[in-house]
Amino acid sequence: MKNPLDTLTGTVVSGLVLTVVLYFLARAMMGA
Amino acid sequence: MTMDFIQYGLGRWLHIFFGVMWIGLLYYFNFVQVDAMKAAAADTPPTGAGITKHVAPRALFFFRWAAVGTVLMGLMMLGDKVDDALFFKDRAYMPIGIGAWLGLIMFFNVWVLIWPNQKKILGIVSATDEVKAKARRVAFLASRTNTMLSIPMLFFMSFSATFHRSLLG
Repeated sequence: MKNPLDTLTGTVVSGLVLTVVLYFLARAMMGA
Repeated sequence: MTMDFIQYGLGRWLHIFFGVMWIGLLYYFNFVQVDAMKAAAADTPPTGAGITKHVAPRALFFFRWAAVGTVLMGLMMLGDKVDDALFFKDRAYMPIGIGAWLGLIMFFNVWVLIWPNQKKILGIVSATDEVKAKARRVAFLASRTNTMLSIPMLFFMSFSATFHRSLLG
């Protein structure tokens, strides 16, 4: 599998996915 | 001039000033310079020497010191709440804690992975072609990792003040 960080699109999409994951992690940590 | 003004007024202002410079230059490298250098290398003869000699070292200077300014001002703003944020002790400080950790990882990447390898690539320290090729890959991936991390980092930095309130509402 190609490294997504080799392309700008892959980098931005990875950042957006990480944002969603961390958002729900933060909600869970805060007991929402 | 009160301590609050220094900590939250000047601190936030300078945190944003240095942060814009840091992330702005990070985006310049990733969105502009990487592809521009590839195109310049494909020219006959190659035309990227001016960027390597005059632009990149100057950009890297402001890039790495803006990272220092951003982190210092961020820590100053957190003040005695720094452990609540970084160790997730207080619910209200969890979002900014996540943002701060992302920023600290990025800071580590700048000073431990990007800058030492860029010194080899730019010829500031001597290196063989093989070492330079490896340094180029490490610096590139660290820079791309920071671009990726900057997306959630900016989300948590900008939303942290109202995150807690939004969950209550």
